[in-house]
Amino acid sequence: MFPPHAGLTSIEHVFDHSPVTDDPTAPAALLRAPRADRLAAARAAAGQADRRFGITTPGRPLETLPALAALLPGGALSTGAAYSVLGSVALATALLAGPSAAGEWCGVVGVPGFGAEAAAAMGVDLDRTVLVPDPGPELVAVVSSLVGALAVVLVGPPGPVGDAEAGRLAVRLRQRGTALVVCGRWPRSEAELSLTDGDWHGLGAGHGHLSGRLATVTVHARRTARPRQARLWLPDREGRVLAVREAARDLPVRPAATLTRSAAG
Amino acid sequence: MLWCPDWPVTAARQAAGSPPDRPAAVLEAGRLLAVSAAARSVGLRRGLRIRGAQSRCPELVVFPHDPRLEARAFEPVLEAVESVAPGVQVVRPGTCAVRAGGLSRYLGGEADAAAAGLGSVADAGVPGARAGVADGPFVAEQAARTTNGTAPRTRVVDPGAAASFLAGLSVEVLGPLLGDPAAVDLLRRLGLRTVGAFAELDGSVVAARFGADGVRAHRLARGVDEQRLQRREAPPELTRVVEFDPPLDRVDQVAFTLRSTADAFVAALAAQVLVCTGLRVETRDDRGGLITRTWLHPRFFTAADVVDRVRWQIGGGGLAGPVARVDLVPEDVVPHGEQADGLWGGAPDEQLHRALTRMQGRLGHAAVGTAVVGGGRGPVDRLTFVPWGDRPLPRRAGDRPWPGQLPPPLPTTVLPRPVGALVVGPDGAPVAVDERGVLSAAPTRLRISGDRPREGWPADWQPIQAWAGPWAVDERWWEDDAAGRMARFQVVGVDGSAWLLLVDDDARWWVEARYD
Repeated sequence: MFPPHAGLTSIEHVFDHSPVTDDPTAPAALLRAPRADRLAAARAAAGQADRRFGITTPGRPLETLPALAALLPGGALSTGAAYSVLGSVALATALLAGPSAAGEWCGVVGVPGFGAEAAAAMGVDLDRTVLVPDPGPELVAVVSSLVGALAVVLVGPPGPVGDAEAGRLAVRLRQRGTALVVCGRWPRSEAELSLTDGDWHGLGAGHGHLSGRLATVTVHARRTARPRQARLWLPDREGRVLAVREAARDLPVRPAATLTRSAAG
Repeated sequence: MLWCPDWPVTAARQAAGSPPDRPAAVLEAGRLLAVSAAARSVGLRRGLRIRGAQSRCPELVVFPHDPRLEARAFEPVLEAVESVAPGVQVVRPGTCAVRAGGLSRYLGGEADAAAAGLGSVADAGVPGARAGVADGPFVAEQAARTTNGTAPRTRVVDPGAAASFLAGLSVEVLGPLLGDPAAVDLLRRLGLRTVGAFAELDGSVVAARFGADGVRAHRLARGVDEQRLQRREAPPELTRVVEFDPPLDRVDQVAFTLRSTADAFVAALAAQVLVCTGLRVETRDDRGGLITRTWLHPRFFTAADVVDRVRWQIGGGGLAGPVARVDLVPEDVVPHGEQADGLWGGAPDEQLHRALTRMQGRLGHAAVGTAVVGGGRGPVDRLTFVPWGDRPLPRRAGDRPWPGQLPPPLPTTVLPRPVGALVVGPDGAPVAVDERGVLSAAPTRLRISGDRPREGWPADWQPIQAWAGPWAVDERWWEDDAAGRMARFQVVGVDGSAWLLLVDDDARWWVEARYD
């Protein structure tokens, strides 16, 4: 699944960033320290490596709609990561469309009115899309049992989800190679996509019919400060997702207020 | 469906030239496989040991079981039936199916069509054949078997009456469908003695205990007729051809050589999530002679079944020389979901299937599934939710024109049940649509009044930025007069949210879908 060198680079990365020599808890000093301290330091180091390794494990890039690929960190939807989508079911569905059209099995959990036909127009292959409209109160448990069997799972508004619960699911996502797309906020998501300035075309005062929406999609990635933004047809006249301009713009670094909000949520 | 009772006996007796009034039986592995009417009258039954049978009836004539002989003897019968109706399909030697549609229209009724079929069989020298007419081959065969020997020897099961007809039959008739002889025994021990009792079980329970075959049997028991089930055209690359060089004159040799091709044939179908229920076998000899025959299978063809059919067909005779070529053409293939053997052999699929079945165990059979887009005008009508493991069939056919359906782009959230809304004009009164489609006022404000259905939906009054409508919904007025006339609107609020609304005669509004 991974290219053969991928694991190695991640390990190198861990060492690059671990300040081994300057650290007072470096191995040489630790040998002389009391046993309890040594144990605590070892645990801390292992935890740090886990976290770092988790973050830097390269997920498998999935086929992504070109209009969205340019905005996402890494240029594609990636397995092992969670993405949160705010304000639009269509945008979340569009994330699903690329992998599904490329033949991956996808799931939609807890989205009772999932507009399957609109999804099909975006490119979702309904034959390979599993729907669980009403997963009951144990949403995270249901999602967790689908992880691994499906390449991408789209989850409806999850309600409040604890950090611990999300963390356990995140580990499972990384281990099993599944991407999670959540309609709503999700702790420690890889990127937060939001749709704003939706502008529906084709409808007048009593005439016409909806023929497409121009909307701004903004992506705040967790690991880059600079949000990326693009104007998309979501959907266009035939229900597809297209970029208005090909190149996505980098925005100036977001203000501190936004940073803290996203760090908290 | 035309059925010649006790065909193995009839065929063997014809071949041996023994008189029809002596009790006779065909033997397989020490037990009786089929008995003649005369033998039955002295108490002999299928499945009896030969010793017991002979002690009850010392003058019993016993023939060995020979499927090739039976197929060969059936050949003239098929030719006779084909002279009356084209497209005869062989279920097994002694039983064949004919599409009754054309014949019954021509003759003016299904009973007359059956009589014509029976007449043709009698002309071929086989008296006493029975006929059954029903929506699907399974029900038709059961109908034929429930007839008695007196004229007209035909039973017609009316369309839609399949379930009530089957309900009174013994569960034994499901034996071949369940594929496991112990299953019928088990059903009986569970106290389910009739097909009707079996049909009343919950689908998920049947799936859990009896697996895929059980689900299929359950579906048939409920009278879900096969005709409505979608048949798919098999892509041409699924056809398999075997050429023999030099041509083979022994059936055993052909069958042996064909074995691996039959395996590949079934595997190629399984790779496309298909199984074959109707197989056309074309056999050619080295002088250009051709015999074509279509075989049906009550479940679906496995590789061994395919080889058997070829064996029967060649054994049936008709070719002037040794066999030079065999074509296997899948005529009826059905998407078989999880039912096919070996389909979930692949690791990821198996894992997926396990995960989904486990989830069904937890949340219920109908909680997990896929969506199928069918026909219809409203967005809700067009979608059908199909539980995992069931056959993906839309409620209404999508291949017909549905004038007045919504133009794309389509709503991304389609509420299964509309949610109440309020739409008012500039004067604050609800906007009404009269019977000519004239509005009382232009809609200016919208409010979703339902019990706060979803996160992120506006709860307050919202000015309307643009709207279009009314588009009359004049559907199914003949079914439910309480529904009255409805009209659809598309509305965009100032916040950029777009809605599909419904309004009725009394100016009551609902949100049907949202473009979000």
